[in-house]
Amino acid sequence: MSKTQEILTLPHDQIEDIQLEGIKKTVVACYENIPFYKESFDAAGFDPFSIESLDDLANAPFTTKQDLRDNYPYGMLAVPKNEVREIHMSSGTTGIATVGAYTDHDLEIWGDCFARGVLYANGGDDDIMHVCYGYGLFTGGLGAHYGGVAAGCMTIPMSAGNTERQIRVLREMGSTILCCTPSYAMHIADTAISMGLDPAKDFHLRAGIHGAEAFSDNFRADLEKKLNYKVLDVYGLTETMGPGVAIECWEQNGLHLAEDHFFAEIIDPDTGKVLPDGEWGELVLTTIDREASPVVRYRTRDITRIIPGECACGRTHRRIDRLHGRTDDMLIIRGVNVFPSQIEDVMKTVPELSSWYQVEVTTVNHLDRVTLKVELEQGFDFDAIAAIERLQKSVEAKMKTALSVGIKVKIVEPKSIPRSEGKAKRVIDLRTGNE
Amino acid sequence: MIDQITVFLENSEGRLAALCRTLSDAGVNMSALTIADTADYGVVRIICDAPAKAKEALVAADFRTVVTKVACIQVPNRPGGLSDLLSVLDGLNLNIEYGYCFSVKQDTAVDVLKISGEAEEAEATAALEKAGFKLLSLEDLS
Repeated sequence: MSKTQEILTLPHDQIEDIQLEGIKKTVVACYENIPFYKESFDAAGFDPFSIESLDDLANAPFTTKQDLRDNYPYGMLAVPKNEVREIHMSSGTTGIATVGAYTDHDLEIWGDCFARGVLYANGGDDDIMHVCYGYGLFTGGLGAHYGGVAAGCMTIPMSAGNTERQIRVLREMGSTILCCTPSYAMHIADTAISMGLDPAKDFHLRAGIHGAEAFSDNFRADLEKKLNYKVLDVYGLTETMGPGVAIECWEQNGLHLAEDHFFAEIIDPDTGKVLPDGEWGELVLTTIDREASPVVRYRTRDITRIIPGECACGRTHRRIDRLHGRTDDMLIIRGVNVFPSQIEDVMKTVPELSSWYQVEVTTVNHLDRVTLKVELEQGFDFDAIAAIERLQKSVEAKMKTALSVGIKVKIVEPKSIPRSEGKAKRVIDLRTGNE
Repeated sequence: MIDQITVFLENSEGRLAALCRTLSDAGVNMSALTIADTADYGVVRIICDAPAKAKEALVAADFRTVVTKVACIQVPNRPGGLSDLLSVLDGLNLNIEYGYCFSVKQDTAVDVLKISGEAEEAEATAALEKAGFKLLSLEDLS
């Protein structure tokens, strides 16, 4: 771990040297070992031996999720199968899953990357890490677990589910760091409160490392208040490794990329052109030292930006901004781009509404119609129907101002929005062709 | 004044039945139930013998529930019963949010009124009592 600390404050030109050397090897390894890359590089006229600077990588073609799917299950493997120690798969909600394979070295990197989250939380072997991301093919559970072990934490492999037992263990074991999706953290907090506990006092949490879904600043503030801890956002994806590609430090001002393992570019998703630091666009990642599943210019479909300048924490690895959402989550409503996180930000300004919501998009008379289903907070006096109507109208007006698109608000009963133990399903798109 | 139970219900199959089952399991007896419905949801208002117990059971079963003070007034069970009552309130410049009637005994009926504003409510009940109407309590209804 002391090695990890040093690399986090290495002068940036030295990080770039590591990146250049790593990218040269990755590009050649992909070309020589993975037929897909040979075909793709040749078709684009990209010479894998031509890279002299980091800018040269922009000549390489992109890799998409579809490419990974087309080569399911072993087509993207760069090493013989007997060197693979572990396999993970993405959720595959929209079709064939994508596979991530790990050698011993890849698993070590993974643990090291996630362990940085513990360092960012000023933690170490005095911490008790409670992991309730799902263990299994999903990278969340084991990724956090390897990070906890690598950081020296006492690591509790809870996996997701059985919320009352989670609450009991959080209290009795005195867990200090909570790792799970932000929506599951909220569910744990709300369940504890409904059991008559005060998780801010009854738990001993110091930090939460939450990711796998986008969440708004307001949602974070709400969590921090309920659980009396500090929430660090973690980013990752199965296609490049899993959680730990980037993690927020204690400054909570962007997520430090693990730049010694991943090279990041931000591109305009429409033109594919690389954008300068500070501009929002799609994150594209190239692995620097992955052995089993290297990727070159993988289009993550996640929307973020590189935050210009140095972080107050003194670490030199560049930061990406908190995710606006994925290009796949982005709804195009009558031509206007809408992210669920924008809807969440508006909701949080209305105290009568709870954090539980779902956005449903349908087609009515060939027009998109968006309905926000949301549960009420306890204590709102709805005895007069006019009070509910006033609330609906005021939320609809706020949405219209913030999103430039009309949204119908529908109040629903408590617990009618499904509680997630993994990734929350915030958007249901029922428009033709979007199922 | 009587504690009325108000419950928020979605317009979906089986919700009203679930609500009634919850109250029945808690041993709560209802004297009146009325539904104000909109396209998407309904607001159910209930007069029952044990409002505190009813609320506790409903909240435990995840129903959004509030308790609202309403005036329950006994009127004679004959044509013009409600009309006479309302003519007392006429001219007091107050707003009746909603109301409903039910009958528990042969010769009398009960009118339930929700008057907006606490001061207005007190004024209305005082005027009604002065005019000879009986304001009912929970015990009167059982």
